[in-house]
Amino acid sequence: MPLTIGCAARPGKARRNLTGSWRVFRPVFRPEECTKCGLCATVCPEGCVIETEEGTFIPDYDYCKGCGLCAEECPAKAIEMVQEEK
Amino acid sequence: MLKITEGSYAVAEAVKLCRPQVIAAYPITPQTHIVEALAEMVANCEIDGEYITVESEFSALSACLGASAAGSRAYSATTSQGLALMFEVCFNMAGLRLPMVMTIANRALGAPLSIWNDHQDTISLRDSGWFQLYAEDNQEATDLHFIAYKVSEDHNVLLPGMVCFDGFILSHTYEPVDMPVQEEVDGYLPPFTPYHRLDAGDPISMGMYATPEYYMEFRYQIQQAMEQAGKTLVAAGKEFSEHFGRDYGSLVEGYRLDGADTALIAMGSVCGTIKDAVDEMRDAGRKVGLLKLRAFRPFPEREIVAALNNVNTVAVLDKNISLGNSGAAGTEVKAALAGSGITVLDYVIGLGGRDVRKRDIARVVDLAEKGEGDMFYGLRTEVL
Amino acid sequence: MRELRIHGRGGQGSVTAAELIAVAAFESGVYSQAFPAFGVERRGAPVQAFVRFSDGRVRLRSQIYEPDYVIVQDSSLIRNGGVFDGMKEGGIAIINTEKPPSDIEAPAGVKVITIDATSLALEVLGVPITNTTLMGAFAAATGEIRMDALEKALRERFRADLADKNVTAARRAFEMVGGAA
Repeated sequence: MPLTIGCAARPGKARRNLTGSWRVFRPVFRPEECTKCGLCATVCPEGCVIETEEGTFIPDYDYCKGCGLCAEECPAKAIEMVQEEK
Repeated sequence: MLKITEGSYAVAEAVKLCRPQVIAAYPITPQTHIVEALAEMVANCEIDGEYITVESEFSALSACLGASAAGSRAYSATTSQGLALMFEVCFNMAGLRLPMVMTIANRALGAPLSIWNDHQDTISLRDSGWFQLYAEDNQEATDLHFIAYKVSEDHNVLLPGMVCFDGFILSHTYEPVDMPVQEEVDGYLPPFTPYHRLDAGDPISMGMYATPEYYMEFRYQIQQAMEQAGKTLVAAGKEFSEHFGRDYGSLVEGYRLDGADTALIAMGSVCGTIKDAVDEMRDAGRKVGLLKLRAFRPFPEREIVAALNNVNTVAVLDKNISLGNSGAAGTEVKAALAGSGITVLDYVIGLGGRDVRKRDIARVVDLAEKGEGDMFYGLRTEVL
Repeated sequence: MRELRIHGRGGQGSVTAAELIAVAAFESGVYSQAFPAFGVERRGAPVQAFVRFSDGRVRLRSQIYEPDYVIVQDSSLIRNGGVFDGMKEGGIAIINTEKPPSDIEAPAGVKVITIDATSLALEVLGVPITNTTLMGAFAAATGEIRMDALEKALRERFRADLADKNVTAARRAFEMVGGAA
């Protein structure tokens, strides 16, 4: 990629960077235990927890880095961190 | 039209003629008269721009950075400790490749506190990526502002520039200045066309994080831009002389160097005193000349080598000291002339407002011809 | 090139005097340069200001050590010494004092002109600020600046009522010292 003057850049490049590949642990959401409080979406540093039509939540695995904050904060303990590869 | 005015007012008038859109500055002696005059011009609607009052020099230059990034022609002025407080922003502006012009009324740096002239403030920012021009008199200080904006905003350059003129010695001196009129300046300096700018409708980010894979290349780009600034300064100086009849088509200016055995090198207002001293020494049969450095960044190495190829001895006068080494110009002139066989000696002189007289220039030449140099000149040994 | 050194005290308007003399000299058709002895301004402290007059551009930037002319705004400054230092043979010193020139101990070869500028300033301006009065005396004594050029410079610097008074003070001093209008 050629350099720009003053290191200027147009927005949107972060979308091309699929950080889901960085994940070691994957959050597994159990919608049947979800109370729909939305705390997982609020605390997600990547903003990649998405509300479904039913009002429950799912992660976008293209960008989820597997930090585990959603699982840590979920009051219903409806999110479990599972190792990607053993 | 030739009129008599104070150096600071001449600079303020020149800045007004450049049609600045955003001025942000914090008053500090001896720069104060410039920004007082500009604030009044904005208040009187003589300048169609904003004057942003700020609480520090750091804020002043940060406001200018934002203004330039948003596509405005920005201006500030400062000196000494004020410039020191801008240190970080200076590097950022150059790295972001944002044009602007800032006047520096050169003053010593504390401690001990000194409000008087030397070049320590700007010399200490020589590595910041700003081009630096030094004025000998108030005419040159005036004219260099038009040239500086033209060069700074050139899309092959895109670097901020400092116009340096000696605090008090020029800033507070009344002398005649030929001040161009608005139409003449408009004919020379077109409106600012930003290369890129912050625009909410077409967003970009500037100066993003560069990892070790990229950082060096960005620095190399700035270095190339600085080399280009040297060429653009020469071209803009020649174009200026076509418009206004005053010649700034070189980064250096030789004075009576023909047949000179010894050449003095200096920057700023002391060059005027040196020219008078050179005339007296020439009348007395001494083969002495002066090479004035108008630009210190970019450093005019090729011009120095070309101008001095027939001299035996070079005496560099430095109104600064790189503590732990020697004067900055002396160090760089020595490097430029390395291997030439020319003896280069450095003299730290005129720090903190110490007056430099014609007889001091003659004594420096005496010392240089005896091979004595690389020293603080004129120390009061009785107090040491 | 001719050189003038003004000795005064902070608050007496020495820097303004230097500036206005330079403006008047420029208006009189010569190149001039005025600058203060750059100090931290304190009321009452001895201060100096300088003016150079030349047929061409003035390049010299050092302070003035061998003046052709000296103006002393306050004769008490003579006690401190230094006001006549380096004066050229045939130089002119203009001193604000009630005393006659014969009472002033000046170096040989220096022409001393005395004028009671304080009384004149008090009478015309109502304040003991003597700079404009001494400018009139300087114009008469040296011929470096024309009186009409000085009047123009004063009118550019001061607002109308103040300008009138200062022009009157300068003219009265000019006539007292024997200048030809």
